[in-house]
Amino acid sequence: MKKKANLSNATKTTIKHNFLGYLYLLPTLIITLVFVVYPLIMSFRMGFYEKYNYYTEVGTGFGLSTFKFVLNDPSFQKALMNTFLIVIVAVPVSMIIALAIALLLNAGIKASKVFQAIYFLPYVTSVIAIGIVWSWLFHSDFGYINQFLGLFGVEPIQWLNDPKMAIWALIIFNIWSGLAFKIVIFLSGLQNIDPQYYKAAQIDGTPKWKVFSRITLPLLSPTVFFLTITSIIGSFKVYNEVFALFGGKPGPANSCMTVVYYIYDMFYGSSQVHKAAAASIILFVIILIITGIQMVLSKKLVHYK
Amino acid sequence: MEGNTNKVTSVWAKVLIYIALSLGAIVMLFPFIFMILTSLKTYSESIAVPPKIFPSIAQFDNYKTAMEMAPFDIYFKNTVISAVGNTILTIFVTIFAAFAFTRYKFFGSNTIFTLLLATMMVPGEMLIIQNYQTVSALGWIDTFKGLIIPYIANVFYIFLLRQYFMQIPEQLYKAAKIDGCSDWKYLWKIMIPNTISAIVTIAILNFIASWNAFLWPLLITNKDNMRVLTIGLTHFTNESGSQVHLQMAAATIIIIPVVIIYLFLQKYIISGVTRGGLKG
Repeated sequence: MKKKANLSNATKTTIKHNFLGYLYLLPTLIITLVFVVYPLIMSFRMGFYEKYNYYTEVGTGFGLSTFKFVLNDPSFQKALMNTFLIVIVAVPVSMIIALAIALLLNAGIKASKVFQAIYFLPYVTSVIAIGIVWSWLFHSDFGYINQFLGLFGVEPIQWLNDPKMAIWALIIFNIWSGLAFKIVIFLSGLQNIDPQYYKAAQIDGTPKWKVFSRITLPLLSPTVFFLTITSIIGSFKVYNEVFALFGGKPGPANSCMTVVYYIYDMFYGSSQVHKAAAASIILFVIILIITGIQMVLSKKLVHYK
Repeated sequence: MEGNTNKVTSVWAKVLIYIALSLGAIVMLFPFIFMILTSLKTYSESIAVPPKIFPSIAQFDNYKTAMEMAPFDIYFKNTVISAVGNTILTIFVTIFAAFAFTRYKFFGSNTIFTLLLATMMVPGEMLIIQNYQTVSALGWIDTFKGLIIPYIANVFYIFLLRQYFMQIPEQLYKAAKIDGCSDWKYLWKIMIPNTISAIVTIAILNFIASWNAFLWPLLITNKDNMRVLTIGLTHFTNESGSQVHLQMAAATIIIIPVVIIYLFLQKYIISGVTRGGLKG
């Protein structure tokens, strides 16, 4: 009798837990199903259509031809090239600058908090608004950047009008706006290093550069690795920066085309929804691959405490 | 306090650090300074060559002119409504979901949690195409519902708050149960007050993100009376052409509110970002 009562109590608890658990989770589930899972499935379906009529919303043919089109589209190739350039230039440059600043901020000076507040400011500001500010700094006639370079005898550069220079303007803005996040993450990584390592090094009289290369850098490697991966993924998603710098165009002569710009342009600009979907699947696959590499490599290469 | 053995002690080294950090700070601040100073210049001062750094008389009228040329008061109101509305709903959704995952063992809870985490890998940019069509089918184009609802379930925030919720000792729950406290009451009387700083952190990060949102509002707002600040600004810059002083006034209107929030609540913002970042 007693045993039976216990059992039914346990069942009651299970039913109650199931009911309440799902009840509390319901808003998240609904939103995620409608605005993440459903569009994900639909994008996949859409990308495999060979033709799609935006107005009738009818897709015909099923195959890889849309992917072929996108991958052979010079605009999309330009987007991938630009990403590649950002990855090999902006990512390392901004990482090195951010690490240097984080090391200085961590050197135990008094005004560190004030500097930290200043360096982090771009992170909270609208990329669109500050991007428009930068578009004026890059102005070829009265922009401060050319004025400054003029001090060293550099001829005015057509930052935003010359297709060859535009991507460099984008990279410079990208480095500046990305520093804030990297500095804060580096700083937090530095502060998480156990001070005992430094104490030991001090007792041994280890030279400073050796402390950096043998202690700081290896112990910071998870942070370096994490920032490299997130910056690379971020490079595939650059959009707002381009929109702000070039007034809603992907740079002069499409020179600053990015993957997300391409997706958006295909969808909203030319109503080629299936091509936009195919491009977005490619973006998804790229990000999956990078994340996969991250998971595999972080197990093998990175020092964790 | 941490890493204090790594501190630099020599005076010269300190001087060099200050110089380097100050130069860096100038580079970081310069666009903001340029923005504010230019917003106070006359048109001819703003395009003078060589440039005049300071306006001879601060032209506060520029703000009035910019506001008259485009309805920035409406954009401002729309931005406040969507950022506040989005943040309040996000907080509720996050709290409920985190509570579900910590308090209840329901069927498939681990699987659902893993699947939710997996959705973090999906780039939001990939979803906008279909979401635009969904929102359009729901008749939510040019509405606050359309601006707010699709973005109120944030897996990262749920994950973060769940971590905090899990730190609350189980004994508290048992004690509360003995006192006849319902789960709902337990959530409000124990869980939320004990994790309030984490909740505030999430709220601020979310508010700033939705204040600065661009691509989604660009897609789903067409009418001038539904535009938010970021969209209003880009239209304004296209229409105002080379009137840099007015554009800078408009940019200042967008940036200043967040900067003020940032200066007051820095601690929360930075701790939220580092927690999110280092998780990786």
